[in-house]
Amino acid sequence: MKHFFSQKLTANIRLGLLAAVASGALFTTQVQAQTLTAVMHASLRLTDPVVTTAHITRNHGFMIYDTLLATDAENAIRPQMAEKWEVSDDGKTYTFTLRDGLKWHDGAPVTAEDCVASIQRWAQQDKSGQMMSAQMSEIKALDDKRFSMTFKDATDFPLIALSKPSGITPFIMPKRIAETPANQPIKEFVGSGPFKFVESEFRPGLQVVYEKNTDYVPRAEPASGLAGGKVVEVDRVRWVSMPDSMTSVNALINGEIDYLEQMPYDLLPLVQNNPDVKLEVLDEGGYQTVMRLNHLHPPFDDEKVRLAALYAVGQENVMQAMIGNTDYYETCPAVFGCGLPYESRAGEDVSVPANPAKARELLKEAGYNNTPVIILQPTDTPTVNTQPVVIGQALREAGFNVQMQAMDWQTVVTRRAVQAPPSEGGWNIFATNNVMVEALDPLRAFGVAANGKQAWFGWPDVPEIEELRLRFSQTTDTEERKKLADQIQALVIEKGVLLPMGQYYVPAAFRSSISEPLKSPVPVFWGVSKK
Amino acid sequence: MFSFVLKRTAAAVPVMAMVAIIVFALLRLTPGDPAAIIAGDSATPERLEEIRALMGLDQPILVQLYVWISQLLQGDFGTSLLSGVPVTQMIGQRIGPSLALCLTTITVSVLVAIPLGVLAAWRQGKLLDRFVMSISVLGFSVPVFVSGYLLILFFSLQLRWFPVQGYQPLSAGLWPFLNSLVLPTVALSSVYIALIARITRTSVIEVMNEDFIRTARAKGLGERGVLMGHALGNAAVPIITIIGVGIALLISGVVVTESVFNLPGLGRLVVEAVLARDYPVIQALILLFAFIYILINLVVDVLYTVFDPRIRQ
Repeated sequence: MKHFFSQKLTANIRLGLLAAVASGALFTTQVQAQTLTAVMHASLRLTDPVVTTAHITRNHGFMIYDTLLATDAENAIRPQMAEKWEVSDDGKTYTFTLRDGLKWHDGAPVTAEDCVASIQRWAQQDKSGQMMSAQMSEIKALDDKRFSMTFKDATDFPLIALSKPSGITPFIMPKRIAETPANQPIKEFVGSGPFKFVESEFRPGLQVVYEKNTDYVPRAEPASGLAGGKVVEVDRVRWVSMPDSMTSVNALINGEIDYLEQMPYDLLPLVQNNPDVKLEVLDEGGYQTVMRLNHLHPPFDDEKVRLAALYAVGQENVMQAMIGNTDYYETCPAVFGCGLPYESRAGEDVSVPANPAKARELLKEAGYNNTPVIILQPTDTPTVNTQPVVIGQALREAGFNVQMQAMDWQTVVTRRAVQAPPSEGGWNIFATNNVMVEALDPLRAFGVAANGKQAWFGWPDVPEIEELRLRFSQTTDTEERKKLADQIQALVIEKGVLLPMGQYYVPAAFRSSISEPLKSPVPVFWGVSKK
Repeated sequence: MFSFVLKRTAAAVPVMAMVAIIVFALLRLTPGDPAAIIAGDSATPERLEEIRALMGLDQPILVQLYVWISQLLQGDFGTSLLSGVPVTQMIGQRIGPSLALCLTTITVSVLVAIPLGVLAAWRQGKLLDRFVMSISVLGFSVPVFVSGYLLILFFSLQLRWFPVQGYQPLSAGLWPFLNSLVLPTVALSSVYIALIARITRTSVIEVMNEDFIRTARAKGLGERGVLMGHALGNAAVPIITIIGVGIALLISGVVVTESVFNLPGLGRLVVEAVLARDYPVIQALILLFAFIYILINLVVDVLYTVFDPRIRQ
């Protein structure tokens, strides 16, 4: 018994209790004046932004780390930690120079070697990084402030990859931390970003606290998107988790929190006429909801049946069921997003309206033999629980034999990775949502990759798409890229790789006692002041 | 008494072992994959395999069970698969609000429900009895998520007497601590007041029909003396049972109350861990809850022997 309740156990409990008591004490002494309290879309548990693509971890990354390059509000690539970059005449070598005044949170200067180690670790995990590595022949530090990257061919891909704001963002970490194997989470959280992580107050799943990095030297330009001067105007930012959206809205109304990252559409009437609360869509790119078919097994191993399914589903029905408020959604045929650089209307007649007659015709032509279509239906996550119901009804109307399988989202996440036939634990259809910033071009949009079993769940095998994506990564000509994106979109729809089902926007809600947060694809807390 | 406690404690060991094995097996049979949560939405199958291997989830189930039991025997409950924080530390962070809520709820419930139940029994069939029983039906018919929101609407948003949400530990001061617990306690105790009051009423009514009560009255004892001195003590066994069950349920199962009032307790932790398939956290929590149930049952059994010495034999 004595052994069972070992010292380790009691020490851990003691530590936890002490930490709980300490957090209470800190809460009362520091929380009021210049602390901005925010409820984010999820709780932070994983703290290494290179190990996961979870958005909350990415957001955490932007708080404590900085990036070499960044995209501004117009999606233009700007230097961030870099003072400048130079490209050799042959277009193959990029030399980056770090700006003055960059310091880690422990006071040590940021060096070019830190950047090299961070990029190398990130490139092992991220798809764009892997693509960049495949084209790169060398990366090396030239001195404390400069490093170079040399490529086999002339390319501007490193700028696109190193400025990517989402997915796995290439955050720069100290070399000693960046040398952690890429598949193992880091255990030390020292960045050079505008906020410092207060580890002693971190409660996984409950709260995470950041304090202003007083040594941070912001860029001189005004903040724009994720670029420009990151000027911090509060002492602390505290993210608290609230599992119940009604509670978080009530807390906002009552002034107990300052900021709610995602305001639920059904609760909008509670705050719309409240002078103390403001609503604003901060991520203007928004989200896209998509339907994914499994290409490996019948009936969707047949191109005509896939196309029938795409014809059957109409965007307006999906958006009405999912969002319901026309102020916050639009039907959009663009696989790479409406209002974004690679917007295209290719395949619009298939992707936007519901056309059950055409779907029935295609099913007849394909000789569809009533093979069941298993749709994974998560019931516990509001953002993904309505689409399968609408899809199911649309497919039934078109003549499909639909079987809905209800489960929690985590089961969907596990099940969709199963490549076995649907009758042996596999699947035919699932729906999910993309943040547009992760899907705004053919390289970032992981859902359009069509390299068979190497592709995202659904495993489409369309070599023409892969060829076009490669050409997209190799060219530096903007017009050429637009043409390639247009061709890729046409193929994505024609071959039933992915069906965009509408673009939507999520308003953030915040107290009028704080200044309007920056418009950005990632929620950021620099530039926000509190009265 | 000592040997009774010792025997019951010894009997708890195989129960805990069974719970451990059943929980472990059930979790491995449940669909879901912590690796998928860690890797995120855009993860490839290869990446998922890599993470599974790193966490040892690719090992045969028996190997995983052996590793876990070995760790348990050394007092190591493991670390969260997601956050990497030791499970015992996470429990330490979350047990405070659960204990506080449990304590205030049970205290309020007992203090209100027992007198109400005794009064209802005393005035059986009269207006007061009907009133108390109607209120108690309402108490356990209205779910906490309805009563909780109504309390928030009235006392937090309109009167601004109490915060909408959150928990303040005792170290933050007695008033902030109590202030953060008033609404959740009221919302939650309405259910327990209703339950305990009904059980108290029934038990007291049953005892009031016993011969010794008639004898006490015949000897000239007043109604208060009969009720408090003779009836209540003899009606205690079922009341203690329901209070014991209530405490166990309160520590492990107040997820809705914790969510509505945003209390960072164990109920929420277990739901979060289940949704994230964070196996070490779920396993440790279920073991903890089983231990609490066993402990409370033991205390209840000991109290039985205090109130009814015949049970000791």
